[in-house]
Amino acid sequence: MRHLLSTQDLSRDAAIALLDVAEDMSDVGEREVKKIPALRGKTVVNLFFEDSTRTRISFEAAAKRLSADVINFSAKGSSVSKGESLKDTAQTLAAIGADAVVIRHQSSGAPRVLADSGWIDAGIVNAGDGTHEHPTQALLDAFTIRRRLHGTASRGRGLDGVTVTIVGDILHSRVARSNAWLLTTLGARVHVVAPATLLPLGIDSWPVTVGYDLDEAVAAGPDVVMMLRIQSERMHAAFFPTAREYSRQWGFDDERLARLPAASLVMHPGPMNRGLEISAGAADSPQSTVLEQVSNGVSIRMAVLYLLLSGERLTSGSTHTAEVTK
Amino acid sequence: MTARIVLHQADITRALTRISHEILESNRGSNDLVLLGIPTRGVALARRIGDILGAIDGVDASTITVGALDVTMYRDDLSRNPTRAPSPTEIPVGGIDGKTVVLVDDVLYSGRTIRAALDAINDLGRPRAVRLATLVDRGHRELPIRADFVGKNLPTSASERINVRIQEIDGIDEVTIEGSTPA
Repeated sequence: MRHLLSTQDLSRDAAIALLDVAEDMSDVGEREVKKIPALRGKTVVNLFFEDSTRTRISFEAAAKRLSADVINFSAKGSSVSKGESLKDTAQTLAAIGADAVVIRHQSSGAPRVLADSGWIDAGIVNAGDGTHEHPTQALLDAFTIRRRLHGTASRGRGLDGVTVTIVGDILHSRVARSNAWLLTTLGARVHVVAPATLLPLGIDSWPVTVGYDLDEAVAAGPDVVMMLRIQSERMHAAFFPTAREYSRQWGFDDERLARLPAASLVMHPGPMNRGLEISAGAADSPQSTVLEQVSNGVSIRMAVLYLLLSGERLTSGSTHTAEVTK
Repeated sequence: MTARIVLHQADITRALTRISHEILESNRGSNDLVLLGIPTRGVALARRIGDILGAIDGVDASTITVGALDVTMYRDDLSRNPTRAPSPTEIPVGGIDGKTVVLVDDVLYSGRTIRAALDAINDLGRPRAVRLATLVDRGHRELPIRADFVGKNLPTSASERINVRIQEIDGIDEVTIEGSTPA
């Protein structure tokens, strides 16, 4: 693997191989010495143009557990606020000798620009770009579902036949985009439920079915309900009348939780708006995987960094994905 | 290229049985013994040695613990080869602290795998002693490492290739040497 920019680039085999490596990485997290020397001497730069808690901490923990050196860069308090361009920032990082750049940017496509520009030779990991993709979030969601369903027998398996309902702000959600493709690649059936104003144009080209009624979707008994955050920072238009009305119609409350089959999972990528898209009762129920998602995130990001950085250095211009050898 | 069989099934079984007895002898019994196989074939060999130990008279089969130790993340050649996928590490319940760990691998060659294994063990606990059992020792060591229990010493040239095939993985028990043209 040269870069991880989008889940659409991942084949089923590559995705399963990545999840399997993450299983091994999660074993490392349970040991007394939570560190392995696999990436000793490599430098990972966390380049964050947008606020983030869990993703940045998660990438930092992952890189440190692999013994890589980590440089954290956030746009606030850096020369970016003086007007430095992405190109100059990238060339600075290249001059420092970064082996991988984990980038979060408010503009969709920024990681792709960095990967294709030739400004920097490092491996690029997309940690969320605008309203486009957030591939490691989708991978950790898939990992969490697979672990809950198959436990220790997870290795080598996909998510065939699993039904996943994604609810909420599909329009702005990079999590929904990445998940729609990854989960479908792994064999799951994805259904999205949202107010019509929060569905993107061209949703019919997604590999998903679309609904507008959450109660109907819950009655169908999906294996997984994935709630999305209402992104108030992106709510610049009147997408729905009031928060209270949204919560009544599309919020996952205790009453809807009671109607969901007992074995189904409730997921949320965080940070949660408790009482808006998810009730405290649903978020803290045993069916909720919110905290597992966070700890699995470290394992997934370790696997991504390992697969990106451990092998022979591929020269720029070679293919985006290299096969993993046994 | 010619492949010559150097160990047949019966030879492998005999070698493993002898190794098992030697392990018991040097450990003075099976107490606190942990067998750790190195993936892929070392794990199968470690299981077999465990079974043989359990069948030996006077050994309590429940005291024998077998696990797997993946060394991929500890290799010194990670950045020189295509990305390797790691295998699962299984450490038996009870851990390795204060135990005698016997590493089991199929072929001992440069010794670099074993160096990686020693580092991996270091991160997992502090065993009382670490021993090394290998089915084939083919020489050409690059590090000061030697095996305590050897199935067969096979003097080879570096251009030759040793193939170990194990029933559980390859469907047949045999060791072949494939190699440069005979002189």
